[in-house]
Amino acid sequence: MIEVRDVSIDIAGKRIVGGIDFDARPGEVAAIVGPNGSGKTTFLKALSGELAYAGRVALNGRDLSSMKPAESAVHRAVLPQATTLSFPFTVREVVKLGLVGGRSGALPGEDARLPERALARVDLDGFAGRFYQELSGGEQQRVQLARVLCQVWAPVLNGKPRYLFLDEPVSSLDIKHQLIIMNIARDFTRRGGGVVAILHDLNLTAMYADRIFVMHRGRLAATGSPQDVLSDDLIEKVFDCRLRVGVLPAGNVPFVLPQSSVS
Amino acid sequence: MVDQSIAGLVKAMANASEGDRSGRARIVILLLCFGLAAAMLLSLMSGASDASAVSVLKDWLLGAAPSDAALSARDSLIIYDIRLPRIILGMLVGAALAVSGAVMQGLFRNPLADPGLIGVSAGSSLGAVIIFVLGATVLAPVTTLLGTLALPLAAFFGGLASTLVLYQVATRRGQTSVATMLLAGIALAALAMALTGILIFMADDRQLRDLTFWSLGSLGGATWAKIGSVGPIIITALAAMPFLARGLNALALGEATAGHLGIPVQRLKYTAIIGVSAAVGAAVAVSGGIGFVGIVVPHLLRLLIGPDNRYLLPASALLGASLLLLADAVARTIVAPAELPIGIVTAIAGAPFFLWILLRKRGVVDL
Repeated sequence: MIEVRDVSIDIAGKRIVGGIDFDARPGEVAAIVGPNGSGKTTFLKALSGELAYAGRVALNGRDLSSMKPAESAVHRAVLPQATTLSFPFTVREVVKLGLVGGRSGALPGEDARLPERALARVDLDGFAGRFYQELSGGEQQRVQLARVLCQVWAPVLNGKPRYLFLDEPVSSLDIKHQLIIMNIARDFTRRGGGVVAILHDLNLTAMYADRIFVMHRGRLAATGSPQDVLSDDLIEKVFDCRLRVGVLPAGNVPFVLPQSSVS
Repeated sequence: MVDQSIAGLVKAMANASEGDRSGRARIVILLLCFGLAAAMLLSLMSGASDASAVSVLKDWLLGAAPSDAALSARDSLIIYDIRLPRIILGMLVGAALAVSGAVMQGLFRNPLADPGLIGVSAGSSLGAVIIFVLGATVLAPVTTLLGTLALPLAAFFGGLASTLVLYQVATRRGQTSVATMLLAGIALAALAMALTGILIFMADDRQLRDLTFWSLGSLGGATWAKIGSVGPIIITALAAMPFLARGLNALALGEATAGHLGIPVQRLKYTAIIGVSAAVGAAVAVSGGIGFVGIVVPHLLRLLIGPDNRYLLPASALLGASLLLLADAVARTIVAPAELPIGIVTAIAGAPFFLWILLRKRGVVDL
């Protein structure tokens, strides 16, 4: 369980995020949505221990501010929006960096094979020997996800749930890989872990999120299940855009929804 | 023993998964060990005098009575008191510079960082020159108190100061801009050199001559006493660096991500900065300005074995030591019986190499 109470974040004297109450439960995908500049990434950075905050954050019952980097690394793994590398690492070497803390939670002796297994999960079988810098943006993003998966391979460790923090995990991916990645997230929660994901695609959010947190100008505008939150009024207010939920396009205009995927 | 380790390596190669260069890295490190041994032998045997290392070694190993006692005594003096300390000092300095380069590149997340290029060596030099010029007068109490440690300590603090300033200036939110780093390094080096210039202006003729030769870089004048004063500093710093390897690997993903992976980033950075300053300071104190070792060696090795610091750091130590011994052998023999300052040799070989790296990286490195 991640409990956030009355968290505010100031950067250079300016309040970016204020008064956030937020819970992420094991077994759930918690999606954070909101327009650009609403403070989603800033909030996730505070949750990752990267930014100072006022208020209280507890990770599995322990105060985040009292945890050392190595301790919080046991409870959660973080996927940033994009990662550039300064040296020519191979894909396998990058993914293996996820194991640097040594608490993957895989069975003893399995760690050596985790990079290949993680790469297979993100549909990058056979990419282990390629150079990271030679990959496309979407492929790099999936390599980073494989690294993150290695860090918290077991969704539950010593009886405690672990979490994936994903900052726009599907923003540079094609539709097939968007579904693959979101299914990985959902599968992680089904096996006892928790996911906090910043998403922009409202259809994917509606499909995969158990709980939606809508951010607007640094504050929470709404919280709840997709059915409760995604309403015409809220979307118009938060995204400043007159859209109607559940309205089909007229006549012969094609549209493709992720919900139509046949598994 | 050797057979066994080679068999193990071949096995490691056969089992190596795709994209795993650790097997290759181990083989390269083994070869570099042989390379260093060869460079040591070559160094021991070459020099202005015709003293034969082989016969001295033979006498020493077999305990045989030398046929010509006087000649043998002269040879053994040359070998033990001139060439051997010089070789050991060369190895220490070469390893210190190469490993410091690799660590700084990891720390700045930037393959162009080098203690010489970005002003760390200039800071160390300033520290050393302060002792050279003022050690006998204003700072006499300090030098008598610290003895032979005064010079390396002053160089260490000079290097530390410039590294800390550089890091503060060049790093924003965990990212280092190449341009800012190089420009800040130039500014720092210019400042350190200006202050050094003031000291040189104050120096007398004898100090001036010492300073000139020292600043060109030389392993000449290596003695067991010098090794005694800087050896422990360099060895301690080098021994600490491998503990940074995993953290530096994670740092390649950025400071934030390294933290997410559980690396105590602040502690890592400060340990690295202090280690580099100590190693570079000690190296500069005894050998002056020997440039480009810190950029050429790690770069060559990354092409061979990849950027994994667990292998890159020891391999850099070995190759740095070997290359400096070879450069010193060239410096000693090319204009024999005189000798060229080794800093000239490394700069003539290293500067074009650096330009070549820039050329290759053009468009990749954001300058």
